[in-house]
Amino acid sequence: MDSTIFILALLDGVSYAALVFLVSVGLSLIFSVLRIVNVAHGSLYAYGAYVAATLSLAVAPISPWLTFPALLVASVAVGVVVGGVMERFLLRPVYGREDVLQLLITFAVFMIMDNLQRLIWGVQPIFASTPLKLLPNVSVLGVSYTSYQVILLPAVALLTVLGLRYFLRHTLAGAVILAVTEDREAATAIGVDARRVFLVTFMIGASLAALGGALASPTTSLVPGMGADMIVLSFAVAATAGLGQIEGAAVTALMIGIARAFVIYLQPEFEVLVPYLIMVLVLLIRPMGLFGVDKVRKI
Amino acid sequence: MQAPAQTSGSGLRLAIVLGLVALAAIVPILLPSWATLITLVAAKGVVVLGVIILLQAGQVSFGHAMYFAVGAYAVAFWGRHMGPGDLILYLLLGSAAATLFGAVIGLFVVRYREIFFGMLNLAFSMVLWSLLEKLYHYTNGADGIRVVRPTIAGIAFQPETFQYALLYVTLVIAVVASYVAQRYLDSPLGHMLRAIKSNETRLEYLGVSARRVLLIGYVLSAFLCGLGGALVAVAQQIATPEFGYWTKSGEFVFIAILGGSSSALGAFAGSAVFEIVRFYAAAKLANTWQLILGVVLIAIIMFAPNGLVGILNRNRRNAEARR
Amino acid sequence: MKGALRPALGAAALALALTAAPAFAQDKPAQIKIGITTFLSGPASVFGVPGKAAAEMIAEDINKKGGIGGVPVALTFVDEGAGGEALVSNYRRMVQDEKVDATFAAISSGSCTQLVPIAEDLKVMNFMWDCGAASILEARKHRYNFRTQANATPEMLAVLVYLLKTKPDFKTIAVVNQDYAWGRESWEIFSTALKAMKPDVKVVAELFPKFGAPDFSTEISRLMALKPDVVLTTSWGGDLDTLVRQAGQRGLLQQTTFVLGIGESSMQRLGADLPEGLIVGARGDHWFLHPERKNDAAFKAFNDAFKAKTGAWPIYPVYHMYQAFSALQASYDKAIKANGGKWPTREQVIDAAGGTEFQTWGRPVTLRADDNQGLEAQIVGVTKSAPGYDFKVLDNMMVFDAKPITTPGGQKSIEWLKTLTPDFAKMNVPTFKHGQ
Repeated sequence: MDSTIFILALLDGVSYAALVFLVSVGLSLIFSVLRIVNVAHGSLYAYGAYVAATLSLAVAPISPWLTFPALLVASVAVGVVVGGVMERFLLRPVYGREDVLQLLITFAVFMIMDNLQRLIWGVQPIFASTPLKLLPNVSVLGVSYTSYQVILLPAVALLTVLGLRYFLRHTLAGAVILAVTEDREAATAIGVDARRVFLVTFMIGASLAALGGALASPTTSLVPGMGADMIVLSFAVAATAGLGQIEGAAVTALMIGIARAFVIYLQPEFEVLVPYLIMVLVLLIRPMGLFGVDKVRKI
Repeated sequence: MQAPAQTSGSGLRLAIVLGLVALAAIVPILLPSWATLITLVAAKGVVVLGVIILLQAGQVSFGHAMYFAVGAYAVAFWGRHMGPGDLILYLLLGSAAATLFGAVIGLFVVRYREIFFGMLNLAFSMVLWSLLEKLYHYTNGADGIRVVRPTIAGIAFQPETFQYALLYVTLVIAVVASYVAQRYLDSPLGHMLRAIKSNETRLEYLGVSARRVLLIGYVLSAFLCGLGGALVAVAQQIATPEFGYWTKSGEFVFIAILGGSSSALGAFAGSAVFEIVRFYAAAKLANTWQLILGVVLIAIIMFAPNGLVGILNRNRRNAEARR
Repeated sequence: MKGALRPALGAAALALALTAAPAFAQDKPAQIKIGITTFLSGPASVFGVPGKAAAEMIAEDINKKGGIGGVPVALTFVDEGAGGEALVSNYRRMVQDEKVDATFAAISSGSCTQLVPIAEDLKVMNFMWDCGAASILEARKHRYNFRTQANATPEMLAVLVYLLKTKPDFKTIAVVNQDYAWGRESWEIFSTALKAMKPDVKVVAELFPKFGAPDFSTEISRLMALKPDVVLTTSWGGDLDTLVRQAGQRGLLQQTTFVLGIGESSMQRLGADLPEGLIVGARGDHWFLHPERKNDAAFKAFNDAFKAKTGAWPIYPVYHMYQAFSALQASYDKAIKANGGKWPTREQVIDAAGGTEFQTWGRPVTLRADDNQGLEAQIVGVTKSAPGYDFKVLDNMMVFDAKPITTPGGQKSIEWLKTLTPDFAKMNVPTFKHGQ
């Protein structure tokens, strides 16, 4: 194969994978602790993007460099406020009921948030590209890339992997979350407040989705309906990796991102198909996902 | 979940059903535009029946729109390549194609339960959706394929009368489909299907293959989805990839829970509320239909666990208790 | 069964009414009801929402001036973004329950494909006010459906001729279009005509990213590696904004000649992110500084009023909406005149609509009687900075006459395009500088 294409596709794949990873790892984290597939996760991504854009448009006149912290502030704010409200007031009342009801609550939230988004931010595309323009371009084999996309995004994704790993394995709060994940009853018995763990986990997961959106906002137009595609894509990544697998989600996102980039170079017609085809093939062979542990049947 | 068909309430239920069918048949004569709306409600109700069958087994498919789309596209492809056909042919074609698809995909997915079952269905449906979107030269891409108005049992109807003919055919199909679905759920096979939800191990101890039981239910649900898809394609005169997108699958599960997943009536009650809210909100309520439906669904889940039909039953029980 | 009989009776009564009606003078109705489908949700609301604002503004103005033939107009809107089922049901509701006199449907070619046969079935006058698919009117003859603007064939052909005139020596071209009917059909038209008029050009990449794709980084990398002389895109809305900004940031817009087939609708939003020197089409001769109209006081007043109402200058869907109203007015006026000043029946209005010429905010448009297709002029220009505007404006504008670039009546676009020759691009077209 042409080595130029190989290197370019690799770069494109990595920057794409970084965003998808952030969103899917949040989904995965929420599932592993709360056993809920959050359909509204894509909406959190969209809100992260919209709030970040609104905030960075507001601070850019003061100093363009302020837009970087603005992205971070926006994602945490969306995660804590929207995620917190969702978990505390909508999901908590239905714990212990059928799984499908929890899923549908999040589906209802998805519909509501989609509609509210239109009422708040309107339908015209919004664009806030200050952070993208602040960082210089880099040239690879004569093709110019933005360092925002090929350096900053992958770096944030990598930091997230390492940060989550450290948090879960080496801090008390992380240990508590892992304990609840492993065995909810036992953890509660030794005095862990499972409800608090649920709330905090949901907020973290929601913040990660919003962070994905916030980081995407400088590179893309924000439009109605932007969350709907992201949720299935991130779901495909999370499921292919195995729900609850953090490093697995990173590897899978890379795999899907790079495969997608190659397809655009070689056979662009099949770009949309790639993630779902990979998902089907993997799930048929390993329903617990590439990196999941075998817990398929409870009997 | 409630016991099926309590004998005490069955007379009343029959009366309610007959009343609703009569209402659905007569209202459009006074309000012509409701003919298509009620056709869509009934056709989607048939689809939701299929989703309800799986819910009885405790399995949620977030990909059943794929069978809906298969039914619709079977009709559309026939019209595109073979010329206009007959409604009866279309319905056979749509449901047969979906049944076949369901049998093949079912062989794979019935090995899994709960979230894995849901994920795999979603994955298959998204593959189908991407193919429908991307194989532009065969499927016409995102714009879909037009479905030409068929004859009904050999009779070519005028547009004004066709919508009524289609409505009455759809109502008959809805009644028959509900009856068949209810009979199935009341049969030993149906009881075994429910056992997958309550205690699958015991089912296996009894020497019954849970996979086979689930496969039968799965194929039946695919059949119903395909049938409904063919009807919707004819009513709307088009089949588009949107028919198979994940939000559509979500919509069907949504309607099932909204109406109440314990009975056939719920499918149609849910479908009616869903379509009518969307119909009016798209025109009158400044496009807040998603907001309204979302809030309604949350309220139903929180306060009326058995859906709209559950509210109905509760009121009746209260009335009986007071007597 | 009573239910089966009623519609038959209704149909009989209708048929009776239709045949009997012309004998009687119609009473002047209290209002002319117009049902409009437009995108109020979803990505295409970038066209639909300005379209709705325009419709309200225009209707208000018509009513202030005494209405059409002395009768005020009343509008009902339906959201095209609510999905096919809701659109079809609501369209039927408007026609059958609210008994609207005319409908303007629709923006998306997909919606038009769904609604046009229904309008024929329900015998209601429909103006396709914005959808571009040429095939709809070429497939068969319609009585009740008209297109009050051009279709994709002249729109693409004008852009291609402009490109051939201004950059005659290009050797390679790539396309990045949205993957749905408009993206596919516009490329089919463009590439067929290109092959006929300049066969030596090589198509180096055909990219059809998903409609609404949030990221084109990979497509851009591929184009930067391929280095085509020309990149065509007929994308619009958020997709186009993202593509232009990402491509601009990475220097692709500077490396190659970009052609934005319908970029007029994005220029104000893109602001300073749109560089100079891009070729831009407008789906008609739509430009708020139309070189032949810009000194017309009424035109200026319309643009100023729209800007005051919405905060932005009109874009092409706004002008398309105006054209639908103008065509309606012209058809009614013509029908009233033909009926000796008495109020016409619906069928008489339909009879009058074919062949009507009406005023627009560009050159006048004719509804060609052969196939009810509107004959509309086209503007294509190149982007340029201009004092007084915080976005790029059009410069070196060519205004194409409708006739030579529109498929002749009764022919299929693709077949006709194959018969074009390199000489076709040598047609005479007036060119205007910005401000000239």
